[in-house]
Amino acid sequence: MIEAVGLTKRYGKTVAVDDLSFTVQAGRVTGFLGPNGAGKSTTMRMILGLDAPNAGNVRIDGKRYRELHQPLRTVGALLDAKWVHPNRSARAHLRWLAKSNKLSVKRVDEVLDLVGLTGVAGRRAGGFSLGMSQRLGIAAALLGDPQVLLFDEPVNGLDPEGILWIRRFMHRLADEGRTVFVSSHLLSEMALTAQELVVIGRGRLISQSSTEEFVAQATENTVVVRSPQIALLRSALGQEGATIRDEGESLVVTGMDSAAIGELAAAKGVVLHELSPQRGSLEEAFIQLTGDSVEYHAAVGGDPAAAAATDLQPAGK
Amino acid sequence: MTLLAVERIKLFTTRSPLWCALVALAVTVGFAALIAGVDSTTPVTVASTQFGYGFGLVVIMVMAALAITTEYRFGTIRATFQAIPNRTATLLAKTAVVALFAGLIGEIVAFGSVAISKLIKSGADLSINTAFEWRTTAGVGLVYATAAVIALAVGMLVRHSAGAVSIVLVYSQVVESLVVLIPKVGDDIQKWMPFYVANRFLTGEPDATARALQDGPPPSNATLSPWWAAAYFVGFALVLLVIAIVTANKRDA
Repeated sequence: MIEAVGLTKRYGKTVAVDDLSFTVQAGRVTGFLGPNGAGKSTTMRMILGLDAPNAGNVRIDGKRYRELHQPLRTVGALLDAKWVHPNRSARAHLRWLAKSNKLSVKRVDEVLDLVGLTGVAGRRAGGFSLGMSQRLGIAAALLGDPQVLLFDEPVNGLDPEGILWIRRFMHRLADEGRTVFVSSHLLSEMALTAQELVVIGRGRLISQSSTEEFVAQATENTVVVRSPQIALLRSALGQEGATIRDEGESLVVTGMDSAAIGELAAAKGVVLHELSPQRGSLEEAFIQLTGDSVEYHAAVGGDPAAAAATDLQPAGK
Repeated sequence: MTLLAVERIKLFTTRSPLWCALVALAVTVGFAALIAGVDSTTPVTVASTQFGYGFGLVVIMVMAALAITTEYRFGTIRATFQAIPNRTATLLAKTAVVALFAGLIGEIVAFGSVAISKLIKSGADLSINTAFEWRTTAGVGLVYATAAVIALAVGMLVRHSAGAVSIVLVYSQVVESLVVLIPKVGDDIQKWMPFYVANRFLTGEPDATARALQDGPPPSNATLSPWWAAAYFVGFALVLLVIAIVTANKRDA
């Protein structure tokens, strides 16, 4: 479990992370979501003890990172796949990491095999494609077989195949009961990957909840209904206090869920041709919540949502 | 021991340290061969075989500065601190490994220079007998190791390859020689400058077997006795190292 309390980081006058508190539950995939420049990477560096917070602290299973004995056995992290000496072979890179935490050379070969880099283990890491570098980074994170894993923007810049691989890999890690904390500015990615969401904007916590709750909370849930006896249905729904809007042949109902509408229709003997709950998308929820906290608004139209949307092009960017 | 092993793996799994060692060897031993081969008027002595040690010194300092600054440049220093959060221990381990390697190169270079001179001028008396002769050859290892520590400390503070290399080279090769140009006090300041003092350790208080003064580069006229000079040079390096490590602990990686 990762627990941050009042985490604050200033760079000169800029406040990168502002009194941020959140918890990452054990054994789940928690998404760390925020627009670019929201302070995600800074927070991750503070979790790993690389940057010192100006205030507050963050603990992993009750301990500060610097207090961990052989930390790679507790926490594995991939913050930047390029943190490798370009003239060192992939295997040599893992070998010194393994040595530092008294892990066996056998384990190096295991993780290389796990990420599918065995064939290129002897090649210099500088010649790796981004996807291969990313795999090497994941191999390094898994070296100590840690229960807690941190990934910073793991799918950024990857091709669809690489994205799919990372996504599957993360699910596999979670299925093994590990705690996975993964940051992204891509909502669509988080929707597929994360069960929990910690959402930040401009260094502040916006919400922490399950992914479903996040969407439910932030978007208006509506139900689309079509029926040949539309007038009868409309009056019945009106009596129940639902808000109704006409949209062509169908009704858009707010304030009642699909189950209640279905039961009401049955009780009144109304035939239904369609009864479909409309879920708000993560994007909508996200923009609604973080619209004010995007750091750099696009000048076009002055619409914060538009500025956020440019960051939120789904996977593959 | 683990940390030393980690830094050893890091140092020898890239090619540049070995290349630097070879270059240091080539320029220094090469220069000794040149002196022994070209100069036929003055006799070759143990001391005269060591005139080229300064060339190797430059290469060693570049190697040491790169050993730490490339870690910053490629981000491996963050991976290191992530694996070993005790920054003092890991930086000390790196310093120990690099200094040891530099010292080893120094010894090879020094005795290699004597050996190649002996090969070229088989008649010359190049047996190492006196305390001065031992100091002037074996001492090169100590000077290289200490210079490596200085370069590492500068690298930790500056964190950029080009910056650290320029500072170390310009300081040791230019600033210390030009400081005499300052009127009145220049001479006195130079007597206390670290690399000048290090030279005193190697060349100071020569015995009668060394070649005459006019046949070699001017010896250091630092006032310290040779072994105090060595202590001063090492002390300077350690002070820099402490400042660098304290700074690295305070800074964000």
